Amino acid sequence: MSVIFKKTKGLTDTPFTYCPGCTHGIIHRLVAEVLEELNIIDRSVLIASVGCSVMSYEFFNCDAVQAAHGRAPAVATGVKRVRPDSIVFTYQGDGDLASIGTGEIVQAAHRGENITVIFVNNAIYGMTGGQMAPTTLPGQVTTTSPYGRDTHLQGEPIRISEMIATIPGAAFVERVTVVDPLTIRKAKTAIKKAFEVQLRNGGFSMVEVLSSCNIGWGLSPVDSLKFIKDKMVPYYPLGNFKDKGVQS
Amino acid sequence: MIKGRVSFNEDTCKGCGLCVSVCPVKILKLDTSRVNAIGYTPAFCFEPEKCIACSSCALICPDVVITVERLES
Repeated sequence: MSVIFKKTKGLTDTPFTYCPGCTHGIIHRLVAEVLEELNIIDRSVLIASVGCSVMSYEFFNCDAVQAAHGRAPAVATGVKRVRPDSIVFTYQGDGDLASIGTGEIVQAAHRGENITVIFVNNAIYGMTGGQMAPTTLPGQVTTTSPYGRDTHLQGEPIRISEMIATIPGAAFVERVTVVDPLTIRKAKTAIKKAFEVQLRNGGFSMVEVLSSCNIGWGLSPVDSLKFIKDKMVPYYPLGNFKDKGVQS
Repeated sequence: MIKGRVSFNEDTCKGCGLCVSVCPVKILKLDTSRVNAIGYTPAFCFEPEKCIACSSCALICPDVVITVERLES
């Protein structure tokens, strides 16, 4: 008898504070598993963001800094430059990274900072009560767009991965999702590659994960995974947008 | 045929049902007859002998509730 799946050492025993069925938990676990597999838990520094994942420093079994809203890439820049041997990664949502922190993420990628960014895109501001985010889909109903997002008034949703991939300093940019066991395995592979880029001083790496917010969307956990597959993936295509090949 | 065993750290289960939705042999369900320590109806395996140790439930569980073992035949 052999154990083939158990909780990774990269996570603490603190139970997640996320809503039932929130895929933040899956993404946390994938990142923590990668830290364990690469044997870098002891020298990793998490830069926690603002949003639902604001408490993520409680869950990862590594050092952490809680950054101001959107400023995680700037804090990560400082930590990485002062402690270049540390593995520095940020864990940010779309309200944090794609809205208030767009300047920081673009400039961090532009400078080619040797950090890893985990970008969780759930197309809504989950923590504050389901308001419209820059990533909210056209026609999607939120508490601040009760008739659906009107693209004439509020613009088209922003595709961050495509944008970051055009910046020369970015070494690895991939978009994944976590809707079924297959995509979860692929997501883990992408996250591992992103950390390997940093381990080889390859420059800026980012993995965008399409995630769910079943409470904000008003759907059941199972239906919200279907929403990702049917509605989000067509607008935010999965795949690799940039790979300088430094990790292999 | 590979056999497995799933065990649930029941008091951290939030009853979201994602494991139930991905199980290929349909042996998981939510126990609606009781609530766990945090007030949810926990998932459980009602036909453990049919488990094929695929780990799908553990992979999708957002709260890392599930441990999977492979039984040697």
